[in-house]
Amino acid sequence: MNDVKKSEVGKHGQKREPLIHITKRVGVPIWKSIMIRAIAIGAALVVCGVLTMLFTGDNPLSIYASFFVGAFGDPQKIWFTMQNLVILLGIALAVTPAFKMKFWNTGAEGQVLAGGLATAMCMFWLGGKIPDWFLIIVMLTAGVAAGMLWGILPAVFKAKWNTNETLFTLMMNYVAIQLIEWFLKIADKTGSNTVGPTVLKYGWLPDLFGQKYLFNIIVVAALTVFIYIYLKYSKHGYEISVVGESEKTARYIGINVPKVIIRTMALSGAICGLMGFLLVGVTSHSISADTAGGRGFTAIMVSWLAQFNPIFMVLTSLLLVFLGRGAEEVSTKFDLNQSFSDIVTGIILFFIIGCEFFIRYKVNFRGHHEKKENN
Amino acid sequence: MDIIITFIQRAIMQGTPLLFGSTGEIITEKSGNLNLGIPGIMYIGGISGVIGGFFYQNSGVRLNSFLAILIPTACALLGSALASLLYCFLTVTLRANQNVTGLALTTFGVGFGNFFGGSLIRLVNSDTPSISLVTLSKAFRKPLPFAEDLGVFGELFLSYGFMVYLAVIIAIAAGVILTKTRLGLNLRAVGENPATADAAGINVTAYKYGATVIGGMIAGLGGLYYVMDYSNGGWENNAFGDRGWLAIALVIFAVWKPIIGIIGSYLFGGLYILYNYINVSMSVQPLIQMLPYVVTIIVLILISIRKKRETQPPASLGQPYFREER
Amino acid sequence: MEAYALELKKVTKHFGSIVANKNVNLALRKGEILAVLGENGSGKTTLMNMIAGIYFPDEGEIYINGEQVIIASPKDAFKYKIGMVHQHFRLIDVFTAAENIVLGVKNENKRLSKAVESVKAISEKYGFELDPKKKIYEMSVSEKQTVEILKVLYRGADILILDEPTAVLTPQETKKLFDVMRRMKEDGKSIIIITHKMHEVMEISDRVAILRKGEYIDTVETAATDENQLTEMMVGKKVALNIDRTDPVNPKERLRITGLNTVNKENVKTLSDVSFSVYGGEILGIAGIAGSGQRELLESVAGLQPIESGEITYFAPATKENGTEDDEPVNLRDKTPIQIRDLGVRLSFVPEDRLGMGLVGNMDIIDNMMLRSYRGGRSVFVDRKPPHELADEIIKSLEVVTPGATTPVRRLSGGNVQKVLVGREIAAAPTVLMAAYPVRGLDINSSYMIYNLLNQQKEHGVAVIFVGEDLDVLTELCDRILVLCGGKITGILDGRKAKKEEIGLLMTKVEGGIANE
Repeated sequence: MNDVKKSEVGKHGQKREPLIHITKRVGVPIWKSIMIRAIAIGAALVVCGVLTMLFTGDNPLSIYASFFVGAFGDPQKIWFTMQNLVILLGIALAVTPAFKMKFWNTGAEGQVLAGGLATAMCMFWLGGKIPDWFLIIVMLTAGVAAGMLWGILPAVFKAKWNTNETLFTLMMNYVAIQLIEWFLKIADKTGSNTVGPTVLKYGWLPDLFGQKYLFNIIVVAALTVFIYIYLKYSKHGYEISVVGESEKTARYIGINVPKVIIRTMALSGAICGLMGFLLVGVTSHSISADTAGGRGFTAIMVSWLAQFNPIFMVLTSLLLVFLGRGAEEVSTKFDLNQSFSDIVTGIILFFIIGCEFFIRYKVNFRGHHEKKENN
Repeated sequence: MDIIITFIQRAIMQGTPLLFGSTGEIITEKSGNLNLGIPGIMYIGGISGVIGGFFYQNSGVRLNSFLAILIPTACALLGSALASLLYCFLTVTLRANQNVTGLALTTFGVGFGNFFGGSLIRLVNSDTPSISLVTLSKAFRKPLPFAEDLGVFGELFLSYGFMVYLAVIIAIAAGVILTKTRLGLNLRAVGENPATADAAGINVTAYKYGATVIGGMIAGLGGLYYVMDYSNGGWENNAFGDRGWLAIALVIFAVWKPIIGIIGSYLFGGLYILYNYINVSMSVQPLIQMLPYVVTIIVLILISIRKKRETQPPASLGQPYFREER
Repeated sequence: MEAYALELKKVTKHFGSIVANKNVNLALRKGEILAVLGENGSGKTTLMNMIAGIYFPDEGEIYINGEQVIIASPKDAFKYKIGMVHQHFRLIDVFTAAENIVLGVKNENKRLSKAVESVKAISEKYGFELDPKKKIYEMSVSEKQTVEILKVLYRGADILILDEPTAVLTPQETKKLFDVMRRMKEDGKSIIIITHKMHEVMEISDRVAILRKGEYIDTVETAATDENQLTEMMVGKKVALNIDRTDPVNPKERLRITGLNTVNKENVKTLSDVSFSVYGGEILGIAGIAGSGQRELLESVAGLQPIESGEITYFAPATKENGTEDDEPVNLRDKTPIQIRDLGVRLSFVPEDRLGMGLVGNMDIIDNMMLRSYRGGRSVFVDRKPPHELADEIIKSLEVVTPGATTPVRRLSGGNVQKVLVGREIAAAPTVLMAAYPVRGLDINSSYMIYNLLNQQKEHGVAVIFVGEDLDVLTELCDRILVLCGGKITGILDGRKAKKEEIGLLMTKVEGGIANE
């Protein structure tokens, strides 16, 4: 960044300060950082509203109302929003320990899919051959193990040879996707791109209190608390922070850095695998390359936007899910394309990503000093 | 024999969008920006070209092949340039996390492509879920002269639309510029060590912006090629698929060298369609399509184990630069 | 009178709440070598960085040849023909020497192949020996420095700033450098050299400018002054440090190192055949120019550095519990820090890199206290209560200036950061305490507090190893002084009798010694 936008010696040798001068902020008060974020979200909502207005010709208020209806309009919608929320939150929680360690895991999508695939494979090949309760245990184990494997593999190479983890994990996503395609072709000879409940008919978990999604919600709520405590109060969490802040310090105090990297990615992958299990085994009883639906990527943003704080993550994932569901409602109502929600999500993300700058840095304009002196 | 020629032809055509994408991403990464928004930018490039072409085709004027190429190309370049600018503004000027910004841009870009693709489809009241610019596509697909007269040579080397050659030319030019010129030296310096480049008087911001925007525009051409040439001018939502990510994989496979990227792209292209040409069961197809990613992972591992300085990713890849950081 | 080549008037620069430079004036004549003298942390480098366009001054004016200028970027600095050779080299590892030298220069030939020839031409003019096609990562430190200087010359700089260029050089290399500098001076260049080696100041400079704690003191003609006067101006008072020094009581061998050899990543020897012992109740000083193997030595003991050959033995004090009369030897070779601790070895280590190694900048004081102790106990959770108490105690007893125990340590000033680190290491009740440059960058008061802490430890019977750079401190604080040069021990002296000159000589004794970064 060229911090000094303009500098020239004016006439008569009079000096001119640079127009914009950027300095790092030290210790931003919490209210200020919250305010900046709130302004950014507000601005993003306005932009989304205006955009929607342009496409639909509807008035802004009714657009926002539609957003709300889409997300919370009736109990069914609320349940569905909650389901989307907890899955996204779960994946975001999964990637967080790795991120705190500054291990840029972009492979959550693949880890979820690997977990889902392992679950589906158990349902397909073992279904009906072993008792359902046992099958469910096997599915869970297999799902978690597969996610863990997808997480550990890049971690081992990172720990041993410092292999670039962003690119490695990214590639693993597509390995998982192609493996799912392979499974689909085996499980469904018709060439369909989804294998559904008619094929995966064993190993269904009974609905809790008649609510399809309640189980997921409870699992993820527990997970939120677990990750919060794990990161903040456990020795493992403390080691993760130290490794993330400074590997040199970690070695100095005798932390086995490769072990922490691998252990943390095993946890990340395992939770992703669990999410895959919830999606395939518990909720939809179907699998496709779209099962994770890009949430592996969105989760990265959720976690980052929440500054890796599990409690804030509830809010950031709620925000994104709300917008996504809302935009879907708008696009259905006005007969727009379903991808409208991706655009809205993109816009809100850009605003929040951009506003972080104003939290971390201070922009000083020219004349800042003179004013002070005159006072 | 014929089948081999067809296979090579298809591999080259499959590889071309990847080549555009990877050349663009190499230039971008050489400036230290890991732009994971490239898949989105390729969508934006493609749809922008389609929008431009669509309005030109439906404008009622007599179509001429020069404008038929110029308008979609200009629109694709503009669309992808704007998207890259947004990425730069967030990551360079506002120093946001590159991974997060890139992923957001991909979400946005894919959504943008499908949304406007979908809207255009609705505009023409077409029954099929796709849009077709066959007339314009012909201009893009026009082979080189003598392609039909020179037998196998003509088929293998001259039978493609101009963008196939453009991709190769851009890749070679990028390779030469990066290694042989001052411009390339400065750019590599920015990606290796921005503080040093800054101290040497190189405008780090300008280079990051320049490389990322030009890289994005090149990648955008990949999207344009895919719709206007490869798909005969037909836009279908999500048809572009994971090619953007494959392009990013290719960057690693090519160890950040655009000229290796040329061979790599045709290899990846070949692997992508190989299942059509060999006798394997349906279920094995995805496993073959998985190969490019697996090969990339292996390359990534090998370069990290060998630690040869010349094949490492740019040292500052993914890091924001702030001069007064202390 | 002819205008100054460069003049600074009332330049001020803040970093957050820290004032790095306050109302500094500086004038450089044409064709002279000006030495800028000041202790570590006196603001020399910051000042130079403002001339080179790396930092932008908050207040003040800069004149070149009598005209006021704004230097807002390195580019502007080049425009005014200012070139700086930084202490930490700014070179790109994967580039060749020639590529680094021509980097960022705009001139007629766009082709890189031409660069090699022009670099050769300049090398010959000033008498450098350098292969322009050699990659930086294959180079020695002095070769890298040559590239840096060539870089500046290639740009046609008239004003050269050399930031502690001799710190990493052997005497021979320093001599060569000074020859080159004189040749450049004859060529009409104006040169600023930063150093804190007094004999170099006297040897090379025409005039000396002195900075102290970010403030400008004076500029004097070198011929009209002497080392004593300069030192006085630099530190502000006569260098009678008056550090207390008691005689070692009941010295017992605590650490024995025999035949220690280490190599670095490039397989260059960093320590060769180092043997010595440290005794309880004494302070053993380690002197040497930067990079003579000090870091490798301490890190070998701490279990952070792989050892080629040699033995490191620790003698645990005899206690009533283990019933032994004699001290029990513990082999520390090839042990990890954890293994060392699990063996019951009471070893504390204050590393040179405080915020990068000893502490975590973004963590608060409590969590930093916990670095050493968090592993204790079987619980999977950390217990923040004892570290909190320890943090409060250290803040109180060492007078750490901080808003509280929950303040991230990176927001503390250098002296307070060091108090936190030393406090923590001492709280571990060590038998052997190693401290690398513990007073670097600290103000006088904090420095004395550290000396006192080390002395207290000594009186408690701890074996203290003190790696220092200031010979005055070494000769007043230490009981014995071990001198390292190029990874070898060139002498172990009695701290009470050793002369600074004698140590200085030993520090530069080995010919072609290995200097590493």
